[in-house]
Amino acid sequence: MYEHDVLIIGGGLAGLRAAVEVTRAGADVAVISKVHPVRSHSNAAQGGINAPLTDRGDEWEGHAYDTIKGSDFLADQDAVEVMSSEAGEAVLELERMGVIFSRGEDGKLGTRAFGGQKVARTFFVGAITGSAILHVLFEQSLKLGLNVYEEWFVTKLIIEDGVCRGVVAIDLKTGEMHTIKAKAVIMAAGGAGRVFEPSTNALICTGDGLSLAYQAGVPLMDMEMIQYHPTTLARTGILMSEAARGEGAYLLNAAGERFMEKTAPDYMELASRDVVSRAEQTEIDEGRGIDGNVLLDLRHLGREYIEQRLGYLQEVSVEFLGIDMAEQPVPVQPGMHYIMGGIKTDVNGATNVPGLYAAGECANVSVHGANRLGANSLLDTVVFGRRSGAHAVEYIKSVGAHSKAEEDLTAEKNRIQGLLDRPKGERVATIRNDMARGMTKGIGVFRDQASMEGALENLKNVKSRMGGFSIENKGKVFNTDLMFGLELEFMIDCADAVVAGALTRKESRGAHFRTDITERDDENWLKHTLMYKDDEAENGVRVETSDVTITQWEPVKRVY
Amino acid sequence: MADTTATPATMKVKLKIKRFDPADSGGKTWWQEYEVDVHPDSTVLDSLIEVREQEDGTLAMRCACRASICGSCGMKVNGSAKLVCKTRVIDVAPNGEQLIVEPMGNQHVVRDLVVSLDTFFNQINRVEPFLQPSFVPEQGEYTASNESMENLLTSMNCIMCGCCVSDCTVLEVDSSFIGPAALAKAWRFTEDPRDSKRDERLKTLNDEDGGMWDCTRCMKCVDVCPKGVAPMDRIMELREAAIEAGNTNTSGYRHTESFYNSVKKNGRLDETRLAIDSAGWTNIPRLLDLAPIGIAAMRKGKLPPLMPHKSEDHKKVRDLYKSVEDES
Repeated sequence: MYEHDVLIIGGGLAGLRAAVEVTRAGADVAVISKVHPVRSHSNAAQGGINAPLTDRGDEWEGHAYDTIKGSDFLADQDAVEVMSSEAGEAVLELERMGVIFSRGEDGKLGTRAFGGQKVARTFFVGAITGSAILHVLFEQSLKLGLNVYEEWFVTKLIIEDGVCRGVVAIDLKTGEMHTIKAKAVIMAAGGAGRVFEPSTNALICTGDGLSLAYQAGVPLMDMEMIQYHPTTLARTGILMSEAARGEGAYLLNAAGERFMEKTAPDYMELASRDVVSRAEQTEIDEGRGIDGNVLLDLRHLGREYIEQRLGYLQEVSVEFLGIDMAEQPVPVQPGMHYIMGGIKTDVNGATNVPGLYAAGECANVSVHGANRLGANSLLDTVVFGRRSGAHAVEYIKSVGAHSKAEEDLTAEKNRIQGLLDRPKGERVATIRNDMARGMTKGIGVFRDQASMEGALENLKNVKSRMGGFSIENKGKVFNTDLMFGLELEFMIDCADAVVAGALTRKESRGAHFRTDITERDDENWLKHTLMYKDDEAENGVRVETSDVTITQWEPVKRVY
Repeated sequence: MADTTATPATMKVKLKIKRFDPADSGGKTWWQEYEVDVHPDSTVLDSLIEVREQEDGTLAMRCACRASICGSCGMKVNGSAKLVCKTRVIDVAPNGEQLIVEPMGNQHVVRDLVVSLDTFFNQINRVEPFLQPSFVPEQGEYTASNESMENLLTSMNCIMCGCCVSDCTVLEVDSSFIGPAALAKAWRFTEDPRDSKRDERLKTLNDEDGGMWDCTRCMKCVDVCPKGVAPMDRIMELREAAIEAGNTNTSGYRHTESFYNSVKKNGRLDETRLAIDSAGWTNIPRLLDLAPIGIAAMRKGKLPPLMPHKSEDHKKVRDLYKSVEDES
């Protein structure tokens, strides 16, 4: 029997930051994660974390406006105000915990430039910022003696009378299934990048948290907003941080021209990510690319500077492509990187299901709107991780005894045994690849009605095969084969919501760029899309819309 | 970039994988061979994923980021620990040789290529791996030089993959050793200007059984670390720092000092004295331990002379010492 005041699903930055907050408040907390916390995908954030520090002459309103403009005015401005005004303290606190942020001459934190912002306000550790922060939060978790269910896989949220009361999970090391009861659950399970192929995301980013909440009746918001990062390494799809351009790298086409001059003469390579990715794709589509890539040129920065400030990028470039960035430009292309959409929450991380919170990439507060600025994702995790932890602590004071029901455990055991008992059928990987390739094809950097309908048709085909896949591994211990099957079911939910959102939005905004409707339409579409799981609705998804919160910045045309 | 016109679309990779199923009547180990077709630039991980997804769904292994940052996919390839996501097939099997893949060493195998994380993280936990400052600024950050922070990058690059622990030759024979990764982690705090426990940390790591002096400087951890952490170099820096901080009560320190003095005096190593110095002249139990070794060596005619001969060039050696000492 496992019971906690607060159970946090996910051991990345949002989850660990929430756990620190709950522990400090004296409540009993545990983290449950399908991987050890230091394996979380927060590691992959390279370039830095944004914060407007007022004692350095910056203003939080400046960061808020850059974020809102970057979002193509789809972000809720009250949420952005919270994030921007709390950013400075959030980053300084990380430093005080032990993060080895880069410094200036005065021994105070130094910054680098990042996309979509004219002020250099991105704090960083080389090109391993996410990893350096994650490892320090992990250090803190050891200091606090945090209880972690390592390599436990959550299969279902327990919802009783509309209230979240815990989870059912598999301990991967033994294969046994258990109920973990909790007065509040914080979903911090990361993104859903593997719904697309290729993607910069780790193989573990399978939208588990989004799907679990979606199945519990929480809407997924603005799921059509898929970020394609402008610089992913040719063939491998490995992320090459925006820090490269922040430090001054050029983007060149086959003719050696800095093509960003055409679309973003003021910001050049540091325009918003959606803008840069579209410019690159246009170069490639119009025949000015090189084997489907453009070039990222760092040569003028010099070897010493590259190795000191962007060491990890040089490592990746040499190891995976055999290219020394100090000598040669690196071929890059836009690649699926991040989902702006996610579990709809308020600024405290609360969802419409009492007792269920969400933070980090799986959540949509919304601060990223239709396009996230680089280095705002790490900020999102620590600000809203902390807030959801703090709010959950308040919430549980009004919650009585733990749930008594064990029905979900029995039902889940039966469901999973059913999967294992299936006769030999299609491989999970085959279905997953078909789904993910169809998503990239239809919901890409550019999309139109036909491509999105193609994605829907593909998805229908994939879903029709879901009853026919089989699990080859029948064993109990570390049965990842079974986990991949369950992950695929989660991914299908996410894909459903992405396609439904995309087909609903009849305009171009941020990352949702339709070649058949190229303009933004504030009159009709200054709105969020809300996707609910609903078996009665077409394709199992009911779509609603809600207004965007505007506080002090009226939408204007976005120019970089 | 690879010249795609000259290379074939796919490449055959032959793998021989060590399997382990704990459920099979108390645990069964066997070797299984596979052959897969992958892109010529593929990594060992790409090949293993191809096996898992298309050939054999029962194969268990960990992997996540595919970009050498999460530390999940440490395993042995051809006998040596590697992060397989950053190991290209072409580099370990240039002529299509069969690759031997096994779980990492020195850690309990859970299933196939999956090892228990407990060994590694228990070691990490032993060094109080968190910042222990003497004060916390009420607002703002700690002031510290950029150089001091960049210095720590060496250790912060550690992704806790366990490759160094896997191939550590000391851990193979002595499970009490804190291990290379944990000591590199400890170094990250002794060198952090914000930490206030430097002396205490050094003393503990100096005094503790399995502490910094157990490393035999075999260099394995430096060789296999995929992130350039060079744990052994960090351990040597810990030793220097510990001695500087006045920790001279260990056989490790006495060994170092005896080595230094005997070469300085005689121009060669006085092995008998080295053994006794290292044990400590008053450490009777340890000296009694040494006696049988000495007697056995004497029987075989291998006992070093009790009064060492001086090297003919011992004056030159002394001059060398003097010039180095004058410089520092």
